[in-house]
Amino acid sequence: MWTYEKKLQYPVKIKNPNPQMAQVIMSQLGGPDGELGASLRYLNQRYAMPNDEAKGLLTDIGTEELAHMEMVSAIIYQLTRNLSEADIKKYGFDKYFVDHTGGIYPVSAAGVPFTAAYFQSKGDAFADLTEDMAAEQKARATYDNILRLADDPDVIDPIRYLRQREVVHFQRFGEAMRIVQDSLDARNFYACNPSFDKKCGKRRGR
Amino acid sequence: MMNRCQLMQRIQRYDFALYDLQLYLDTHTQCREAMALFERYRQARAGAMEEYVRRFGPVKALQTDTGAEQWTWGQGPYPWEREAN
Repeated sequence: MWTYEKKLQYPVKIKNPNPQMAQVIMSQLGGPDGELGASLRYLNQRYAMPNDEAKGLLTDIGTEELAHMEMVSAIIYQLTRNLSEADIKKYGFDKYFVDHTGGIYPVSAAGVPFTAAYFQSKGDAFADLTEDMAAEQKARATYDNILRLADDPDVIDPIRYLRQREVVHFQRFGEAMRIVQDSLDARNFYACNPSFDKKCGKRRGR
Repeated sequence: MMNRCQLMQRIQRYDFALYDLQLYLDTHTQCREAMALFERYRQARAGAMEEYVRRFGPVKALQTDTGAEQWTWGQGPYPWEREAN
C-alpha cells in the first residue's frame, strides 16, 4: 500500500507562466520516457524479481517516480496558470487547451496520450533490469533536451534535480543487475530465466 | 523562526538525504557507514517534522490533530501550488 505525504520531493516555484514550455515538459509526464511510464514499469516488474534486493529497489524507485510525476505536474500546473485566450493561441497551447482546458492530462509533447505500450514487464530479471537502465538514460536525455529549450531559472532548477535522479537510478539498477548475476552460476547466466526457471543458476546434478 | 516554506525545505533536504541513502542501502545492504548516516538524518528529520506539524498542520493524515475544531488534513495549500513552495 501507499500513503500520501503532502509535500513535493523538491520545491517547484515558478513566477512566469509559459504554456509553450509546459507543452514540452508534458512529455516527462505522459510521454514515451516520462515519469508515469517509469513508475508503472518498475511497480509492475517487481513481482517477478528473483531476489529481495531487486524487489526492494524496484519498489522504492517506482515510488520515487510517483513523486517525480507530481513534480512534473506541478511544473506544468504553474506554467499554465492565469492564461488569456490570446496567450493560449500565441504560445500554441490551443491544441491541448481544446481537449483539457487547464487540467493535467498525461500526453507526450506531440499530444499522443499515455499508453502502457511505452514499457514492458517481461518476467525475466535480466531483460527487465536492462530495460530499466535504458529507460533511465532515455529519461535523462529527455531532461537534457528540455534544458536545451528552457531559459527560465525557476523551471531549470527542478528539471536539473529530476535529471540527476535519473543518473542515480541508472547506477542503482546496474548494481541490482550485478547482484542478480552474482547469485547465478557464472558459466550459465543468460541461458535461463532466474525469475521463472527453478533450476536457473544451480549446477547440474545438484 | 523559520516560515512555512523554509521549514518545509529543511524537511525536504533531510528527506532527500534519507531517500538517496535508502536506495544506496537497497544494493549495499552491509554498509554500516551508510546506516549510521541514515540514523543521523532520521533523528534530525524527526525534530523538523514535529515542529512543522505543530505549527502548520499534518504532512501525513495520521499526524492530524483530532483535538482541533475541524478535520484539518484536507486544508491547502497543496504541494503543487506555488504558495506551498
